Amino acid sequence: MSAITLKNVTKRFGDVTVIPGIDLSIEDGEFVVFVGPSGCGKSTLLRLIAGLEDVSAGVIDIDGADVTGTAPAKRGLAMVFQSYALYPHMSVAGNIGFPLRMAGESKEAIDKKVRAAAATLNLTDYLHRKPRELSGGQRQRVAIGRAIVREPKGFLFDEPLSNLDAALRVNMRLELSELHAQLKTTMIYVTHDQVEAMTMADKIVVLNRGHIEQVGSPLTLYNKPDNLFVAGFIGSPKMNFLGPTYAKEHGAATVGVRPEHIKISKESGLIKGTAGVAEHLGSDTFVHVHVAPDQMITVRTSGDSVLRHGDTVWLTPDEDRLHRFDAQGKAIR
Amino acid sequence: MATEHSRATARLMISPAVLLLLAWMIVPLALTLYFSFLRYNLLMPGMEEWAGFLNYKFFLTDPAFFSAVWKTLELVGGVLIITVVGGILLALLLDQQFWGQGAVRILVIAPFFVMPTVSALVWKNMFMNPVNGLFAYLAKVFGLPPFDFLAQAPMLSIIMIVAWEWLPFATLILLTALQSLDSEQLEAAEMDGASFISRFFYIVLPHLSRAITVVILIQTIFLLSTFAEILVTTNGGPGTATTNLTYLVYVQSLLQFDVGGGSAGGVVAIILANIVAIFLMRMIGKNLDA
Amino acid sequence: MARAVSTRRKITFTVIAWVIGIAIFFPILWTILTSFKTEGEAIASPPSFLFFDWTLENYTTVQERSNYFLHFWNSVVISLGSTVLGLIIAIPAAWSMAFVPGKRTKDVLMWMLSTKMLPPVGVLIPIYLLFRDAGLLDTRTGLVVVLTLMNLPIIVWMLYTYFREIPGEILEAARMDGAGLREEIIYILTPMAVPGIASTLLLNVILAWNEAFWTLNLTAANAAPLTAFIASYSSPEGLFYAKLSAASTMAIAPILILGWFSQKQLVRGLTFGAVK
Repeated sequence: MSAITLKNVTKRFGDVTVIPGIDLSIEDGEFVVFVGPSGCGKSTLLRLIAGLEDVSAGVIDIDGADVTGTAPAKRGLAMVFQSYALYPHMSVAGNIGFPLRMAGESKEAIDKKVRAAAATLNLTDYLHRKPRELSGGQRQRVAIGRAIVREPKGFLFDEPLSNLDAALRVNMRLELSELHAQLKTTMIYVTHDQVEAMTMADKIVVLNRGHIEQVGSPLTLYNKPDNLFVAGFIGSPKMNFLGPTYAKEHGAATVGVRPEHIKISKESGLIKGTAGVAEHLGSDTFVHVHVAPDQMITVRTSGDSVLRHGDTVWLTPDEDRLHRFDAQGKAIR
Repeated sequence: MATEHSRATARLMISPAVLLLLAWMIVPLALTLYFSFLRYNLLMPGMEEWAGFLNYKFFLTDPAFFSAVWKTLELVGGVLIITVVGGILLALLLDQQFWGQGAVRILVIAPFFVMPTVSALVWKNMFMNPVNGLFAYLAKVFGLPPFDFLAQAPMLSIIMIVAWEWLPFATLILLTALQSLDSEQLEAAEMDGASFISRFFYIVLPHLSRAITVVILIQTIFLLSTFAEILVTTNGGPGTATTNLTYLVYVQSLLQFDVGGGSAGGVVAIILANIVAIFLMRMIGKNLDA
Repeated sequence: MARAVSTRRKITFTVIAWVIGIAIFFPILWTILTSFKTEGEAIASPPSFLFFDWTLENYTTVQERSNYFLHFWNSVVISLGSTVLGLIIAIPAAWSMAFVPGKRTKDVLMWMLSTKMLPPVGVLIPIYLLFRDAGLLDTRTGLVVVLTLMNLPIIVWMLYTYFREIPGEILEAARMDGAGLREEIIYILTPMAVPGIASTLLLNVILAWNEAFWTLNLTAANAAPLTAFIASYSSPEGLFYAKLSAASTMAIAPILILGWFSQKQLVRGLTFGAVK
């Protein structure tokens, strides 16, 4: 368990600056998610914390100790990779026990800890199998087992769920949250999927082009995005951005409104449009409404909506739930 | 993608290989270059003296030199044509479905395991010998006069022997490449109405181009220094009919003990090999980027 | 998906493939058969194919006259020695190039391969003289050194292509799990690369076993491997077909058997890792 602090952490590959200087503190026991579009530097940042890459400048502290120049093995962090990175020539037991073997623990101790980890992860029946004989979800669990077995100060996850199918992903999300609740160890989790970020994180760090756009709890980010980027990135379906005329009336350069904060009516309202595709999810319906030749607004409405393609509709944004942004894209509060 | 520490380790670990190869390249090369400017014969030790470009003058004006360059190219070119064309055909054949695929493949790759001296001797004596060879017997059966291969068509005979040794290599590489061709591509072409011939020329051959490049490159490296086959069959003869550059330099330096002249020949051989290599790389270099 | 092929087509291809396969293999088959004949039968006309008096006398004669086992042992020491030494030097180098690639990695690799472009004859004389002065002529040590350096670029290249197939994440995982460089290579990289290393080993043993420029020029009686031993049959003993065949069979049999037993690794190795 430990707190991790980054001070002005910078990474350059040759002339290209990937991370221009990041300050971030992660509290002991927090579940922190780095989220952002691909190429935003989130994986690089994770690898810097892991020690798999050198920082070009700046300091990384774990529990108050400077580990900037420490080898990955000595930082006391465990990592779960996107490809799981299981050792194909070792059995499940061999894989889970490898970090302990490297730490020079006795055979009996290794065996005991491996069994304990396998029991928590439902892997007891597979201990003698090779990774290639396992399903994707089982491999994922082995990778997690290998990480938890040596009781690290913190866990690093690099898009660990992206190779699983949708149903399994939902399951593993729950299991990981459960694991965190049990272990109460600091976890840093990298993903490009904002749903994963929203569902699991205590604290989300939104990254874009190597710098931090906003740090906060999922609901803070959802309700009070600092800027246009966060507003557009967090939330599904995406926030709608309304044009300059409407924005000017509210004293902003851009105004955003979430799909669930728009009333849709067949009779009257503020903005006239034509109903396009309606996505029925059962509980909700997302209606895509064309309001101008090149503008579409997504509206969330009840599951039993009976709008048809081509119907004329009226939209009314909820004036109290508008997000206003200035010309630089900063939120106006 | 790594840390400064691992980069330093990497440099350390690569250095033995680099230093050894550097030494292996530079030391003999420098010595060859140095000897080539000396009058230096092993039969007359202690008589070494500076000769300037005399050795080169002798070597390059020797008619045997031009003949040797030509013979070298003839040998390399002949073997390359036979093995590439034969290799493509054999690969296409082995890629078909038939009984005993594994066994036939073993038979086809076997010549690669045979050392050059053995294959040359077996071909020379047991097949190409005009009196007791198997080919002479076959000629007799068909009522033809026996043909003395190594006397009447010496270069062609050597090309045949060397091609036999290298055909398995070409076949295997091309077969491996052929098997990596996505069969859906061929089926799509078939749906588009392409005949077998056009499928071969428009899809299979382009797919094989990288493998063909590899075959040509690797074989050229080995074929430029063909030596043993010539030594045990013809000794470079009759006359100089089968004396390639390698053999010429060998004769000059180790049979006539003319270190200076031999070294000059060696330098010329290196220059020529590099010209061929550069030429090859230019011609097919694009295919190697991957 | 392999398509079902009509039986007639399959029979046709079976016949063609076997005829061609046997034709290519025939010189070897004929050599092996002849080695069991008497000298008279070996040159009999018409040649007898299977119906002759099988005899082993050629083999004993060959051993008696020229100590086959000495040359066999030389071949084993030289080919295995040079390959193993080459691997020891090449594995770390290939590791560096595959897992810590820098801007120059490709150039270094290309340069290494280009040393193969240097025709051996170009450096024959200095090597010959250096070996003469160092007392390495006609020694196994000398040949091991030369063949190691000859094949080093190929070994590095092959290992590099195999190592590159190993995902870097696995090595990083090992690093996170507390493995140092030594543990990483011993416990993770080497076991995972065994098939590739095996192919490399096999191919290079074969290349070294059959190498016939340096072995012919740098050895005489003591260190001569089988290539040079056979070359001594070039004349006039080559006219004794049965004995030539027996000697030849003994020279190629070890590699032929090794090759057939390890066909899968070898086929992979034969492509020099250049074609997948």
